[in-house]
Amino acid sequence: MSIHEDRPANGTFRPGLDRRTLLKTLGVGAVGAAGIPLLAACTGGSGPGATPSASTSLTFGSGSSDDVPKAAYKAVTDAFTAKTKIKVTTNVVPHNDFQNKISTYLQGSPDDAFTWFAGYRMQYYAGKGLLAPIDDVWAKVGANYSDAMKKASTGPDGKMYFVPNYNYPWGFFYRKSVWAEKGYAVPTTFDALKTLCAKMKSDGLIPIEFADKDGWPAMGTFDYINMRLNGYQFHMDLTAHKESWDQKKVSDVFDTWKALLPYQNPAALGMTWQDAAINMGRKKSGMYLLGSFVTQQYTDKTILDDIDFFAFPEIAMEGQDAVEAPIDGLLLSKKGGNNQAARDFLAFMGTPEGQDAYAKVDPSNIATAKGADTSTFSPLTKKCAETIANAKSISQFFDRDALPAMANNVMIPALQGFIKDGTVDVKNLESQAKALYAAQ
Amino acid sequence: MTTPTELSEPAAPGSRAGHTAAARPRKPGRVRRLSKRDKVVLGIMVGIPTLVQLAFVWIPTLLSVLLSFTRWNGLALSDIRAAGLANYSYVFTDNPAFWPAVQHNILWLLFLAVIATPLGLLLAVLLDQQIRGSKIYQSIFFVPVMLSLALVGIIWQLFYQKDNGLLNFLLGTAGTPQAVDWFGNSSVNIWAALVAATWRHAGYVMILYLAGLKGVDASLKEAASLDGANATQTFFRIVFPAMAPINIVIVVITIIESLRAFDVVWVINKGTNGLELISALVITYLIGEGQSIGIGSAFAVILLVISLVPITIYLSRTFRKEKF
Repeated sequence: MSIHEDRPANGTFRPGLDRRTLLKTLGVGAVGAAGIPLLAACTGGSGPGATPSASTSLTFGSGSSDDVPKAAYKAVTDAFTAKTKIKVTTNVVPHNDFQNKISTYLQGSPDDAFTWFAGYRMQYYAGKGLLAPIDDVWAKVGANYSDAMKKASTGPDGKMYFVPNYNYPWGFFYRKSVWAEKGYAVPTTFDALKTLCAKMKSDGLIPIEFADKDGWPAMGTFDYINMRLNGYQFHMDLTAHKESWDQKKVSDVFDTWKALLPYQNPAALGMTWQDAAINMGRKKSGMYLLGSFVTQQYTDKTILDDIDFFAFPEIAMEGQDAVEAPIDGLLLSKKGGNNQAARDFLAFMGTPEGQDAYAKVDPSNIATAKGADTSTFSPLTKKCAETIANAKSISQFFDRDALPAMANNVMIPALQGFIKDGTVDVKNLESQAKALYAAQ
Repeated sequence: MTTPTELSEPAAPGSRAGHTAAARPRKPGRVRRLSKRDKVVLGIMVGIPTLVQLAFVWIPTLLSVLLSFTRWNGLALSDIRAAGLANYSYVFTDNPAFWPAVQHNILWLLFLAVIATPLGLLLAVLLDQQIRGSKIYQSIFFVPVMLSLALVGIIWQLFYQKDNGLLNFLLGTAGTPQAVDWFGNSSVNIWAALVAATWRHAGYVMILYLAGLKGVDASLKEAASLDGANATQTFFRIVFPAMAPINIVIVVITIIESLRAFDVVWVINKGTNGLELISALVITYLIGEGQSIGIGSAFAVILLVISLVPITIYLSRTFRKEKF
């Protein structure tokens, strides 16, 4: 202020002063500008954790940013508030950001409760002490869950950490009308699958629809062949790197897969799963191994009603016992562990009441608690739900069961290379795994 | 309030002329041009950028170098463990993507230098003629430079898609088994990406050369034509050498663009399956859930060392010029 007031008086005498005052103003401005990010950083850090231990409210971090899941979680929090009078403040973050920043999020000031996945991704943070164990919550809601669900919710220390909300199975999806027209039957063994593929190929279809431009969809095929060939436990040990990659069991997986490769869409590396789903919708291909979210691509109800599902055929071990069914649910951050309201919220999510509130808005997934309303399920959803309910063990998909660096940085290029020329260097997979797991 | 009056004190007794005359002869040897306040202001002005530079450039660089010799999961600081050269041996011997990435970066540089940059120059020369609507063409060619990464991705997706893309449609192969898989075929997709990169780079080079061409003295061209030089001779013997400063900037930009080439490839498939680039590897290993900070830092340090070569050459050239 004072500078501007004085300027006219001196300015006429000494033109140089103008330059100086200008410099000074600039300098002050620069200090101010430099201060802004600092201030922003301060508020950013303390914002979400404003009321950590008050038991009449909680904060809830949600990575479910798409419209339908977002509305579905809002229905859950509304139902919870209506029931308990506890206020829930929801912070929705775009899901890719949420996943990519989870480490910094958990170390900073996370929300009390937040959305996450079962599997290694959950166990890893539990092992680092960034999550709060919730055995007391499981004492209340444990009866609502199957043993497979309980296994998937347990941390590395044997304590409970996770409350499952919904899941969705991976398996073969196909158009009933195509199969009826050509007289195909559901294969239950790998040999039957290969015979069926050969028949489809001679009928001019792409037997197995396939897309792997994004890298992750091929993990589903790897997981299933591995589990059917070597068993569920081997798969879990391999993804946790308790088993070496450089062994016959692993190369056998790729050798077995090689028999299917000629039947999978040869253009897979240039396609996304959506492209592939459209192909199957247009009856260009016989079947598609993917998660049940594939049905999201079929907005035409006649096609949607024409979609059916069968589990991955048995190969050598454990029949069709293991199902790949990634579970989404809720976790409690370390800080949220002190907030009884947050524990109550997780317990609510574990009840049929809470899961129904979610499923009413987002019916594309399958509620995990026993007693949740299944009356609105389509026949396909019912079949998916039965498959999961009858499963002896549930895997979470490679990128949830393994170290993320292993899944993203090693497996994706390796699988794409395998799809390209049918070769894979298991020795190199092992040496990469060694380096990456050692850094954790 | 007080400082301005203090400053005006010496000026008060005399007129403007008297002031300057009085000040100069008093201290002939030691010219004090800066008051204490000036020094403080200048100190702040130099100090803040220096601090910003330190905080955002030098300290992170140094930390990257240090972290490249450690194993760290990115969680607690106490989890940092020394790893010696393990990360570098991982990069050089275990990682199957590294050497392809180096080759692709070199290919990128060659392609930009041989195709994209001359194309930009050509556009600039053409648009520098007095064609009607030159400004419109300039804008059109410059638009790609301004577009965001996501948009560029969508635009090229429309061109390159295998079954529904424009390119295969024009080739008449869309929907047939002969359709070229522009993104998925690992021997084709790098060229597809390079064409997309050229699309941006040529516009950038064009704008710089247009500015350069405007700066070339018209009398030079006139003199050349009086001496009987034809258009080609005038350009290559007179105009192009006269743009030497711009040429150096273009060389540096081309090298930098090929080293930091990233966005097109990332949009297509995150730098896998035939599209490996060093910068994409840095991001893969440093950002997101697949974070492995030691290895990512090792990639970053390697990229830094490679970048230092052209930077050093450029800087040494610039400084040498200033000396003479």
